[in-house]
Amino acid sequence: MAGAPAAAPVSLRATGRVARRQAISRASRYVLLAATMVGVGVLAFLAYDVIRTGGSRLSLDFFTSYPSRRATSAGLRSSLIGTAWVMATTIVLAIPLAIGTAIFLEEFAPRGKVTAIVRLNVANLAGVPSIIYGILGLAVFVRGIELGGVQLLPKLGPSILAGSLTLALMILPMTVIASVEAIRQVPPSIRDGSLALGASRWQTVWYHTLPGAIPGIMTGTILAVARAAGETAALIMIGAFAFIAFDNKSLNDSFTVVPVQIYNWTTLPQEAFRVNAAAAIIVLMVSVIGLNLIAVFIRERFSRR
Amino acid sequence: MQIRAMRRGKWALALLATVSLASFAATACGGDDDDASETPAASAAAGSPTAKSGIDYAKLSGELRVDGSSTVFPISQAVAEDFSKVAKNVRANVALSGTGGGFEKFCRKEIQVSDASRPINQKEKDACAAAGVTDVIELQVAIDALTVVVNPANTWAKCMTTAQLQQAFKKDGATKWSDINPGWPAENIKFYFPGADSGTFDYFKEAIKLRGEASKEPPHRSDGTASEDDNVLVKGIEGDKNAIGYFGFAYYEEAGKKLKAVEVDGGAGCVAPSFDAALKGTYKPLSRPLFIYTTGTFLKEKREVAGFVSFYLENTVKLAKEVGYVSLPADVLKQQQEKIKPFLPQ
Repeated sequence: MAGAPAAAPVSLRATGRVARRQAISRASRYVLLAATMVGVGVLAFLAYDVIRTGGSRLSLDFFTSYPSRRATSAGLRSSLIGTAWVMATTIVLAIPLAIGTAIFLEEFAPRGKVTAIVRLNVANLAGVPSIIYGILGLAVFVRGIELGGVQLLPKLGPSILAGSLTLALMILPMTVIASVEAIRQVPPSIRDGSLALGASRWQTVWYHTLPGAIPGIMTGTILAVARAAGETAALIMIGAFAFIAFDNKSLNDSFTVVPVQIYNWTTLPQEAFRVNAAAAIIVLMVSVIGLNLIAVFIRERFSRR
Repeated sequence: MQIRAMRRGKWALALLATVSLASFAATACGGDDDDASETPAASAAAGSPTAKSGIDYAKLSGELRVDGSSTVFPISQAVAEDFSKVAKNVRANVALSGTGGGFEKFCRKEIQVSDASRPINQKEKDACAAAGVTDVIELQVAIDALTVVVNPANTWAKCMTTAQLQQAFKKDGATKWSDINPGWPAENIKFYFPGADSGTFDYFKEAIKLRGEASKEPPHRSDGTASEDDNVLVKGIEGDKNAIGYFGFAYYEEAGKKLKAVEVDGGAGCVAPSFDAALKGTYKPLSRPLFIYTTGTFLKEKREVAGFVSFYLENTVKLAKEVGYVSLPADVLKQQQEKIKPFLPQ
């Protein structure tokens, strides 16, 4: 009983299975780091490549001139204005609808089969390729719906409004899912407390659930909007123009957006247009990063309170 | 705690209110504009005085939409760019949804000018007629030399006959170079061609007789890299010794030494693609006309369309060359101008 094993020096080194577990744990760290670096590395390389190619083209002229057949005098003016119009309208159209849908699904809808099916479909819609929304937008918004001589939906033509409606539909499922998740994160005790004190369901939603969910909703929304800002296929489908030489002043105007301009420049034979495309990609990248920063800011601001 | 909750509530309220208010305003505003959109164009068309050149561009106003072939796009863009400098009140917008896509919109009267890298086909004519568009006017604006290209490391394919091109690009056709010519290497060929919606693809099928069974010809092969973006084809052929493909001359010219053009023998000996050969008409059968389409009704009723189209013909010789195409010979240009004359103000 005198602790005979004490004679042997105590080794802190694990042996056998413990050692193996620890080795795996150490290794996993590096594997995961490598996984992260693949994405970051590729992005960094792309950013470097684009900046190297297009950086020199970024000047005031590039922002203030209209598209042109001469690469060096072509600019983003009409597409930047178009993007601003389309994005603003898309946000205005999509957000109330998405938040409304999410509140209904989470707070009001009966938990039954129908609701489950609706949820499932919303999730599925988030994975539909954007070109499909483009085809839908062309048929429904651009050409309108006429049934038996009655115009059910007006013909909007290839206008900013038609483009925004299409993009709003496209980002709706993503925004609904983000909003539903955000509303679900609000602890049930807050709802219970509010209801127990006699607040109505709507008061509970308006004064307690929604404010708590705003950061999450905003993050999801702005990520969706960033996707819409980079959308090309759907807008080409509905008829966004590549050459526009006026400033948009109404929702009924024809339009172009930055991604369509980039697409157009990359398809032209002259190398100089690819420099323009790279420069336009920098502009788009910076704007999307800007949008994401706004999302972070809003989230921070609301969650601190 | 309560105050905080209230504050938050107000935030949310303010946000939601702004957003929904704006959304109502937006929809209402859009509706109004929609009703009004036709009027200014129509009134301007009626009251536009004419100058000695036929049309006073500065007095035109309205909006016109050009869409169609991405091959013709650079010319149309150049014309629209210069036109909007002389006709400051006209919005000339140009899109590039492909020759087929352009005709579809054209027949629905959604656009007034359609760019095309091949002539309108019977099916499209029928669709137009069904929609009441019958007075279609075809105007040639430039010439392109469709260029068959291979990698510079390809030392064997210097010249190909149209029969050899057919053998190469037909469905279940050649897979190795030696299938085309026994003297060529027994290596697998990689094919690059434009996507099915492009007029370039259609024109090649027509010229090389690959229109498919309905025309008693073999169909074009579909195993290979097809892209609507010609630069994808350029890059692909640049990087592959056994590649062959075809696209517009401007892309070949721009790629320079990175690609090699194959001479084409259309029955009268090998001819290399060039501006000269396309202009003289010796580069057969792959030199192709590029078109714009409009209708007599548009020319008569919409002065801005008449202005744009006549401006197009006045300037296409200079502009087509500038963007990499072969300009029309004077006599062909004259023929085009004669076609629209009856519809212009005298």
